[in-house]
Amino acid sequence: MSDHHHDHASEPGSPLAETDLRVRALESLLVEKGLVDPAALDAVIDTYETKVGPRNGARVVARAWVDPAFRARLLADATAAIAELGYMGRQGEDMVALENTPKVHNLVVCTLCSCYPWPVLGLPPVWYKSAPYRSRAVLDPRGVLREFGVELGDDVEVRVWDSTSEMRYLVLPERPAGTEGMSEEALAQLVTRDSMIGVAKVTPPARGGPR
Amino acid sequence: MNGVHDMGGMHGMGPIEREEHEPVFHHEWERRAFALTMAAGFLGEWNIDMARHARERIPPARYLASSYYEKWLLGLETLLAERGLVTRDELVTGRPRGRSSPGRVLKASDVGRVLLKGGPARLPERVPPRFKPGDRVVAKNVNPVGHTRLPRYARGKRGVVDRDYGVFIFPDAHAMGLGKKPQHLYGVRFAARELWGPDASPGDAVYVDLWDDHLDPA
Repeated sequence: MSDHHHDHASEPGSPLAETDLRVRALESLLVEKGLVDPAALDAVIDTYETKVGPRNGARVVARAWVDPAFRARLLADATAAIAELGYMGRQGEDMVALENTPKVHNLVVCTLCSCYPWPVLGLPPVWYKSAPYRSRAVLDPRGVLREFGVELGDDVEVRVWDSTSEMRYLVLPERPAGTEGMSEEALAQLVTRDSMIGVAKVTPPARGGPR
Repeated sequence: MNGVHDMGGMHGMGPIEREEHEPVFHHEWERRAFALTMAAGFLGEWNIDMARHARERIPPARYLASSYYEKWLLGLETLLAERGLVTRDELVTGRPRGRSSPGRVLKASDVGRVLLKGGPARLPERVPPRFKPGDRVVAKNVNPVGHTRLPRYARGKRGVVDRDYGVFIFPDAHAMGLGKKPQHLYGVRFAARELWGPDASPGDAVYVDLWDDHLDPA
């Protein structure tokens, strides 16, 4: 999945064109039957395209890095601590924060479907939902991490969290060295989605400022 | 059910393909399929566990060949037809045969509030826990034909209760229309070598969320 496929969707007879037509037909059917309100559909889409996303989680992580009391609250009751920043609700009703340290690396997966903490990370990327990640993350987490460019020593314990319930996991990555003087806002800019899933580490800002 | 959706530990699925600057949705139909599923779920005709089970029942070859939102679409069509909200004929023709009388329809003005409220699976019932953190447990060796959140790779394996999350809906019952069956949910730690044998890294572990009904004392 390296490119968009808008062109393919418009090719008559292609599987995507067929799916496109099928969804359109279903929507008009449900609207005509009085089961859905098209304006509500627009509002749902807008929420997950523009309001909810990994910037939310990055703010949680940055706050935990600069505020030890918040960090303690986050690790003790992540749902309540995350709600302090206004993030809550659907697919994040019960949150757990997993702290990465020099000796412990946490990695999150959902082998049975694609459970993911929406309020803090938004909707999951395609790779997280894909069979390759779902099948291998529990069996060969170090191999998966290597594919993402993370090499861990034998002295580091890898903990894989399979999201088989409604508990949702957010990895609290290690704060990189050399960021001591940075503001909370600048720190949040460093925090990537992948670091909060546990497939990446947060890297210090490149010389010349944050990327 | 021992479906292809239960893929933890399988080989041969290929490399993990990542996309730089990935958009939230890749096509307009993905936006609509996602939102239709969310809005239809609000009708209250099924719960999230039933929705997961509907996707698990997609025939295996099709499941593997379908993208995430294609699976959502197939699951939604199944649920709508099974609840009698639309007929298979209506799905094929796209033409309604009369209106439905739903109990509640998601309105645009309610979307923000509904999403912030979520759909908590935690229950207020006071049910005594069967286990406490530190207890040694074994995941049951069961092969139910219905929905289960006990993955195959953990069945029959020994672990340790890491934490008690409290009382939750039991999805294995809830998905099958058998009620909420309130019980404790635990984070259970399984050593990687217990799950995968001597080739696994000695200190590594997999944590699986499991309910009282999934566990026996070890």
